[in-house]
Amino acid sequence: MTADPTVAHWIVGPILLPLLAAALAFAAPPRARPWLAAAGVLGALLTAALLAAHLPAAGPLHYRVGGWPSPLGVLLVADGLSLTLVLTTTAIVAAATSYAAAYLHPAPDAPGHPSAAPHFWPLWLFVCAALNAVFLAGDLFNAYVTLELLGLASVGLIALSGGPALGAGMRYLLVTLVGSMAYLMGVALLYAATGSLDLPAIAPALAASPQASLAVALVTAGLLLKTALFPLHFWLPPAHASALGPVSAVLSALVVKATFVLTLRLWHQAFPDLALPAARDLLGALGALAVLWGGLQALRQQRLKALVAYSTVAQVGYLFLAFPLLHGPGAADAWRGVVYLALAHAFAKSALFLAAGVILRVTGDDTVAALPGAAKRLPLTVFTIGLAGVSLMGLPPTSGFIGKWLLLTTAIAAERWWIAAVLVAGGLLTAAYMFRVLAKALLPAAAAVTRERLPPALGWSAFALALAGVALGLATSAPLGLIDIGAPPAVAEAAP
Amino acid sequence: MTAPSLYAFVGALLFLVGLYGALARRHLVRKILAVNLMASGTFLLLIALPATAAAGPPDPAPRAMVLTGIVVAVSATAFALALARRVRAEQGRPLLPGDASEAAQGPTDDR
Repeated sequence: MTADPTVAHWIVGPILLPLLAAALAFAAPPRARPWLAAAGVLGALLTAALLAAHLPAAGPLHYRVGGWPSPLGVLLVADGLSLTLVLTTTAIVAAATSYAAAYLHPAPDAPGHPSAAPHFWPLWLFVCAALNAVFLAGDLFNAYVTLELLGLASVGLIALSGGPALGAGMRYLLVTLVGSMAYLMGVALLYAATGSLDLPAIAPALAASPQASLAVALVTAGLLLKTALFPLHFWLPPAHASALGPVSAVLSALVVKATFVLTLRLWHQAFPDLALPAARDLLGALGALAVLWGGLQALRQQRLKALVAYSTVAQVGYLFLAFPLLHGPGAADAWRGVVYLALAHAFAKSALFLAAGVILRVTGDDTVAALPGAAKRLPLTVFTIGLAGVSLMGLPPTSGFIGKWLLLTTAIAAERWWIAAVLVAGGLLTAAYMFRVLAKALLPAAAAVTRERLPPALGWSAFALALAGVALGLATSAPLGLIDIGAPPAVAEAAP
Repeated sequence: MTAPSLYAFVGALLFLVGLYGALARRHLVRKILAVNLMASGTFLLLIALPATAAAGPPDPAPRAMVLTGIVVAVSATAFALALARRVRAEQGRPLLPGDASEAAQGPTDDR
């Protein structure tokens, strides 16, 4: 039990505070909206940090909202996995909020420009609240509702850009709705089989049967479609590349993680016994194909934002590459590795998209061919791309290195050579496409260029995220300690 | 076949018909309708499946889930229709970008 029982109530903070700020932002004058957003997101960050500080002593926290019992009540779970992701989310959204305020601020009343639309800030806060709600969700149906909120708010943010973003957003919306329906169909079968929606109660009540296997397959397929795992990634690059800079950052760094974390949680907490080695290997194989395909496509892209979006396809593959390792010896290290990789990618990818947004905004052209001279015009931004790239490649001393190292050592210890080979090959591909960008950016420009003057929040918030990605590679004990709290028994028992 | 299992069977069938429509149809309104068909099938199954298993008083939880699901589906449909109108205004045709460029190359019946 918690030393202080009132701390448990703080679990609703990361969901309720951004939601409240979103509701107020609809009515508030335009000038006040960014401040409301900052208050909501920082409040979420503080409450999550408070919970995380209590977690080592108190253990995983199960909270029933309003005291309603199962199955009608909503169960929230604060454990190492959920709080790691909530802290990552709120930290990234906080940095992206200061970026977005500067990004949207001087916009004149250009048609189609999002600052002309009053809806950016409420949608932005809805996405933040929905992300936190998915991570904290402890029951299957609550997860469905929060995923729908996340999908609708994300598509709304994409569509704000207008033009080609409308078609990309429409495709994303249809994909996310079909994925949700497959997930809900699986939930219906699981409820019929177990009479429960709570994750902890499902595992003991679920026996292996064709119906259970079908339910697991439907739930997983729906979530994979929303996570954009190869070959279900077709919708991601146009949607993420056509959104506004701060929106792309949050979509690529965090929104795909929501469904990934839910998949991870379900496979290891709700149906650990049904997750057959063959099915794990299938997910791992799709992950391997995603790493290679996404990396090769990223190499071929002409536009910087499209390159970064295909890099997300590849990095999502890395996360699924861990699934075969999350079973048997070394599973505890694989669990740490995959969660670390998820947060490393979140920081690096958000920094990259914010930096790409700066380049697009200053030069009006984000093709790789137009990059020469960028290092002189935007030194901080190009440095940010370099730092984030190093973390994405998995070189020390970054957080990306810690995640990949844990997975690589587990793969070698378990003698899963193909996984180790893909981990290394994927790192080389990442290096190839990141160096392609950096090499161009460091070339001198054809014409004389001078250093650009930017609102400081643009460059520095991207830099802060890249720096956080590096710092998490140096200070690893606190995050690793947090990740271990409440790791699923199937994983923890397999630890040596 | 008992009544609840007939409902469950029809629910699964509606889900599959909707899935086919969402993939195969090109007109955005048809795609949106197809997703709604998937939702109806899922809701039918949610109510019918627990009823096949247990006798006695009906379980309130699936009803609560379906009511919530209907609210979500209505909101999502309203948003999808609004977005489809914007897509048509932008592209001249209520089709997804890839389908629109195919359609421009040859005769089509907009299905």
